[in-house]
Order: sequence, then structure tokens, then C-alpha cells
Amino acid sequence: MRHLMSPLDFTVEELDKVLDLAADIEANPKKYAHACDGKKIATLFYEPSTRTRLSFEAAMLNLGGSVLGFSSADSSSAAKGESVSDTIRVISCYADIAAMRHPKEGAPLVASLKSRIPVINAGDGGHQHPTQTLTDLMTIRSLKGRLDNITIGLCGDLKFGRTVHSLIEALVRYPNVKFVLISPEELRIPDYVREDVLGKNHQEFREVTRLEDAIPELDLLYMTRVQKERFFNEEDYVRMKDFYILDKQKMSLAKPDMIVLHPLPRVNEISTEVDDDPRAAYFKQVQYGVYVRMALILTLLEVEVC
Amino acid sequence: MLSVGQLNEGVVLDHIQAGKSMDIYKYLKLDKMDCCVAIIKNARSEKMGRKDIIKVECPIEELNLDVLGFIDHTITVNIIKDGEIVEKKVLTMPKKLVNIIRCKNPRCISSIEQELDQVFFLADEEKEVYRCRYCEEKYRSSKKSKKRAL
Repeated sequence: MRHLMSPLDFTVEELDKVLDLAADIEANPKKYAHACDGKKIATLFYEPSTRTRLSFEAAMLNLGGSVLGFSSADSSSAAKGESVSDTIRVISCYADIAAMRHPKEGAPLVASLKSRIPVINAGDGGHQHPTQTLTDLMTIRSLKGRLDNITIGLCGDLKFGRTVHSLIEALVRYPNVKFVLISPEELRIPDYVREDVLGKNHQEFREVTRLEDAIPELDLLYMTRVQKERFFNEEDYVRMKDFYILDKQKMSLAKPDMIVLHPLPRVNEISTEVDDDPRAAYFKQVQYGVYVRMALILTLLEVEVC
Repeated sequence: MLSVGQLNEGVVLDHIQAGKSMDIYKYLKLDKMDCCVAIIKNARSEKMGRKDIIKVECPIEELNLDVLGFIDHTITVNIIKDGEIVEKKVLTMPKKLVNIIRCKNPRCISSIEQELDQVFFLADEEKEVYRCRYCEEKYRSSKKSKKRAL
């Protein structure tokens, strides 16, 4: 039985297989409409989420399965003090697979150690968000036609932005990927990403503060939201939240084929005037997220569709 | 020089950084062991200037060498039998630490989950970096921070 905690749980070859499967699902959705008949996914969301939870639920429904779960810690036994280990033991009796989001880092890993069903990390604090990474990789591969030989700019909250950490970990395994890390000093990437992921892989990267300086060289710009819920201090959040706003003027400096991604939700870091720009790919990204989660569910449940 | 009786059977931990012997005493839980222990502080050393030494009258198996490897893998471990050094153990940094140090990240699941082992893995042997198994937060491996262990 396999779980998914980090994008690195899959080798590059396994990842390619998942992305190929997702592409086939996109092309032939009817073929997969009953692949998970009679199967259930438990969505265990200890903190609010719209996209990720609904995306998992839509994915399972598209496969013919059904869903159960909770969408906040208050509506689960966690409010009564139940441990993650006990919760997953119980859920293992109800469902065939579980997707867990938790504000505490490592909670899905703890769950996987006691689980009898595959557990998917659907986001743990500021740590990892591997299914967003699968979504990002599928979007990049579909729109750019490759995952190697790209220059990617990651902009905004790189410290607490778990999607950024997971994406970097996944992309360092492809040749000739250059990273431009655009953030204020206080929101730079954590040292474990800088040292253990980028440093160890001898990856080319540079850290800059101004988006305008970096944007002309990028093949891909990955914007992130400054996340209010990750700050202990409101004052720090207010100071950081408007640091980067991508607008038409900044887009005019970018390459004509650069694509803009964002894990969503956005607040104001991408002006709505950019939405109509053909390079804005963040809503397409959401659709790819459903396909790739369908592929992941099939892979972890070891369901084969001929 | 102060003379401490020779061990007939046991372990001598030599070349301990001066002043660190009491930390090691605590880490090895020697206070809980029912055996003879001698601690020598600030002994003269050609190699180190000053050093600490701990002599423990117990079989080597009763000491947690993983803990010792984590604290300071340059400590010399001499095994004594019949009053003679019969073996010198080379310490290595353990690949995994269980319930020896505690994760300081307030966002880590280990800060709230009941009865969860505190597990760290050796992420970078060269830089002597340990990371929490759950949140991957680095444990600061300076001598100062090692004092804050469990």
C-alpha cells in the first residue's frame, strides 16, 4: 500500500506515468466514469479549503465513487481531543482512501503510519502540498510541452508557501531548470529547501526582491498569496500582503509565451485585468487539478482501466 | 594530578570537551543506573588542553552509544576488561534519533499529537544536520542547543 506525502514519493518515471494517465483521463473521461464504482474517499480537512477538497471530491465522483468526510476540525472528533492516529484508524473502517489537510506539519505522515488505507497529503501547514504540485506539473507539461529546460520565477510568500516547496522539490529532478526566487527578505524560502533541495542538487537559483527585474527572463511565473493564517503577528501580515501585485504593466515586460500560474485562492497579488491575458493559466490549472487527482486515486487504489 | 581508581571492567569516555561531562551524564541517564561512576572535570590533555573524562563500571551494552554519537562523535570510548583497554569504539553519528531531542517548531504535529515519538533523521552528515521526521525542521546542532535536548 502506498501513500503520497511528498512529490518525491514518486520517482520521475512514476510521476510521468501519473501525468500520462491524467492526460488520458482528460482526453477520454467516459472511459474512467465507473473506474471506482463502490469505492469511497474520505476527505479529512482540519482547516478550511474550497479548491482542494472539492477537487478531490469531484475527482472521486467523476470516477464513479462516493465521498465522505469533514471540512473543519470543529466538526470532527479533533474538537474532542482525538489524535490524528486514532482518527485515521477509525476512518480506515469507513473508506478506501483518504485525503488529509491539517494545519500541523507532518500530520498526514503520522496518519499514514497508522492507516490501513492509502493517505494523501492534501496540505500540511506550511510544509508540503504534493497534489498541488502534481497539478502544477501537469499544467506546465500540457501548456509548455516539457518539464525540463525552463526558467521559472516563484513569487510572493516563499517561506510559508507549501506549494512552492513541493514544486521546487519536484522540478529539481528535471534537467536545466533555473529558479528565480522573488520575495521580500522576510519571506525567503526555508533553509531546508535552500540547502537540502537546491543546494544538494547543485541547482541554479537566485534570490531577488523586485518582480520587474526578473520577469523578462521567465518562461513561467508562479505567483503565490501571502497567507494570513501562517502569521502569528497581524502587523507583519499587513506589511507583506501587498508587496507584489502582477498587473498589465508588469505583464508587458514578460515574454509573449510566458505562462502565469497560481495555486489559488488569490487575494490581490494578480490584478483581475490580467485574467483575460492568454498567458494567464491559473483557471486552467484548476481543471488539470481534477484530472491529476483522478489519476492519483486510481494509482494509489491500484485500479487499472483498459 | 588527581588520582581516580582504575576500572576493572567497564567503559571510559575520554576526550570529552571540558565542561560537557555533566551533559553527557544526563544524556546517558547515568543518574538512573545502579553502578559506580567517576567524573573527572578539566583534566590536563595534550590534545585538547583540558578535557573531561567519565568512567562507568558497567557493560558497554548498557550505554546508549547513539546518544553519544549525536552529542559528540569525537569522544573516545574505551572498553575495559580485567583492568586493560580491550577495545576502542569509534562513534558515528546515528542515522535516526528517537526521543532524544524535541522538535521546536510550534507548527509540527509532534507538538500536539499524544504519545508520538520525537524522531529526527540525519539529513546531512557533513554539516551534522538533523531534521524532524514530521515537519523537516532543522535541529540546531550547536553544542549550545544540544543542551536543550529532552
